[in-house]
Amino acid sequence: MIGALLPLLVAVPLVIGGALVTIPNHPRWNHVALMTTLVGVLAASVALVVDQVNGDIIAHGLAGWDSGIAIPFVADMFSALILTTTSLLALTCAVFAIFSGHADRGYFSPLVLFLVAGVNGALLTADLFNLFVFIEVMLLPSYGLLILSMYRRGTMSRLRGSRLFVTVNLLASTIFLAGVGFLYGVTGTVNLGELAGAASDSPAAALAGAVCLLGLSMKASVVPMHGWLARTYPSTSPAVTALFSGLHTKVAIYAIYRIYAVVFDGDQAFLWIGIVVFSMTMIIGVLGAVGENTSRSILTFHMVSQIGYILLGVALFGPLGLAAGIFYLIHNMVVKTSLFLSTGAVEVAYGAGKLGAVTGIAKREPIVAVAFFVAALSLAGVPPFSGFVAKFTLVTAAIDAGHIAAAVAMVAVSLLTLMSMLKIWSGIFWGEGDTSTTSTGSTLVEIKTERKIGTGLIAPAALLALLSIALGVGAELVFNLAQIAAAGLVDPSAYIEAVLNS
Amino acid sequence: MTLAISAGILMTGAVYLFLQRGMLRIVLGFILLAHSVNLILIAAGGTARREEPLGPGLDPSLVADPLPQAFVLTAIVIAFSITIYLLVLAVTGKDDDDTIHSDSPDDDEPAEDESTSTNQGHQSERGQQ
Repeated sequence: MIGALLPLLVAVPLVIGGALVTIPNHPRWNHVALMTTLVGVLAASVALVVDQVNGDIIAHGLAGWDSGIAIPFVADMFSALILTTTSLLALTCAVFAIFSGHADRGYFSPLVLFLVAGVNGALLTADLFNLFVFIEVMLLPSYGLLILSMYRRGTMSRLRGSRLFVTVNLLASTIFLAGVGFLYGVTGTVNLGELAGAASDSPAAALAGAVCLLGLSMKASVVPMHGWLARTYPSTSPAVTALFSGLHTKVAIYAIYRIYAVVFDGDQAFLWIGIVVFSMTMIIGVLGAVGENTSRSILTFHMVSQIGYILLGVALFGPLGLAAGIFYLIHNMVVKTSLFLSTGAVEVAYGAGKLGAVTGIAKREPIVAVAFFVAALSLAGVPPFSGFVAKFTLVTAAIDAGHIAAAVAMVAVSLLTLMSMLKIWSGIFWGEGDTSTTSTGSTLVEIKTERKIGTGLIAPAALLALLSIALGVGAELVFNLAQIAAAGLVDPSAYIEAVLNS
Repeated sequence: MTLAISAGILMTGAVYLFLQRGMLRIVLGFILLAHSVNLILIAAGGTARREEPLGPGLDPSLVADPLPQAFVLTAIVIAFSITIYLLVLAVTGKDDDDTIHSDSPDDDEPAEDESTSTNQGHQSERGQQ
């Protein structure tokens, strides 16, 4: 695949989103344009993955400028894998939004297209300042999507969530920018190829890189900077929560992996900080879920905990640890989004996400219940789902590296995760269901057996749950891809060479 | 040295302001934060050992580094648009810009004055959220 086609992954969604803004808001055309573009991005990402299995790393300097001056767009196996997963998640969340009626609101489709353009750019760029720019390109439409409400129906809680989201993300971006500035001042470049191993050469560059990683950790909601996630994600609509859960924090995690692999060259001296901090993230995330009583808050706290798991992959820097972390990242993106989509379907159709406000969904909506149950077991790490493979490889990598405490913490947190999943299950899905009559006094039987969630609304969640099963049973295929990606991180010389020659 | 001191003073003011209660003060804090980081970026260009960026008869090896200036331009534009959006968020909602609240029952109320809106209540309907 020619490298010059890489910028199209950014340009095409941007241009189509811009065109959608200029024409009058016609929902049918907006949806068609949105779905077509997302399917195109997914197809291109899969083509990239297939190409990277045997091919060389694809690199391209934008606009043909010389290397060192041009902004490099580089696609190796790691970028291609994450790109495929994010585009798949964007597609399923867009389908959910269309069926839940959320995508009918003005500017939803263009905003999602700009968001996807930003995500693609952030995953492909090999220039740190360009990474900052693309993270901002990703965030600005997100600010709009977060607060998107029906006309004159926006609630105070959504406004407060938006204020918190914008301020925290602005702070994190500014800290990252300061880190990039420091890095430029110390080393004279922001090109990832030229920065290779800079942190092991000079302590000042290591400190600057640490400031960059701090900004990215805030975005990835690592403890102790995790509070904003649980306060902002439940305040918006279910479709948007599901969309964000698969995109924002994962781009930050990708950037942490990449910067530590290239700039720090996988330095073993600092890994203990990662082990401690990310273990705390796992534990505090799952304990935070104990006190919550809406399904989305519980799932958001679990996100914090799962992010601890994924980042432990980079703290166990090595072929197995990184491969386990990357596989966990893919598994978690799929499963988490599936959970948000199935509980979101309940919330959209029945109007409440609070545990106990609606009960007995399992009787009324068997497909939703099965999708949730599969995804919940996968999240907790029960075989044969993908969570089991992911956790097993991660625990093995931890024990191999000698971090027994981290491995014990992983297993304990899995048990606690399972407990909170059962809490949601018993709160929303189990039970007898709503036994009150309607205002017209119709009988109980009709209310109980009437299905409110249409096929289209539950199809995305069910599809992702099936994908989790496939990832678990056919883990070998994806794990091999993850191992190729991990090899590219352990020894980034091929990546660096591609960047310098672009 | 002056750049470092200025950036430090601006950062101090920024942190003090964005820990305040009113949204407008928080926005002012972020404006100062953006200024501080822009000064850091300019300082990264090595201002101590370089001369002015434009002018006749300058030695190309001593001219001011253009790349940090490009960084600062981009950062200013991004921060500007986010500041405008933050100000919109400050204005929206009730008559004050108070950001501290308890988990009050008004969380699901519309963020606008009831008497001026034409909605009909808070029944949960498909697509409301």
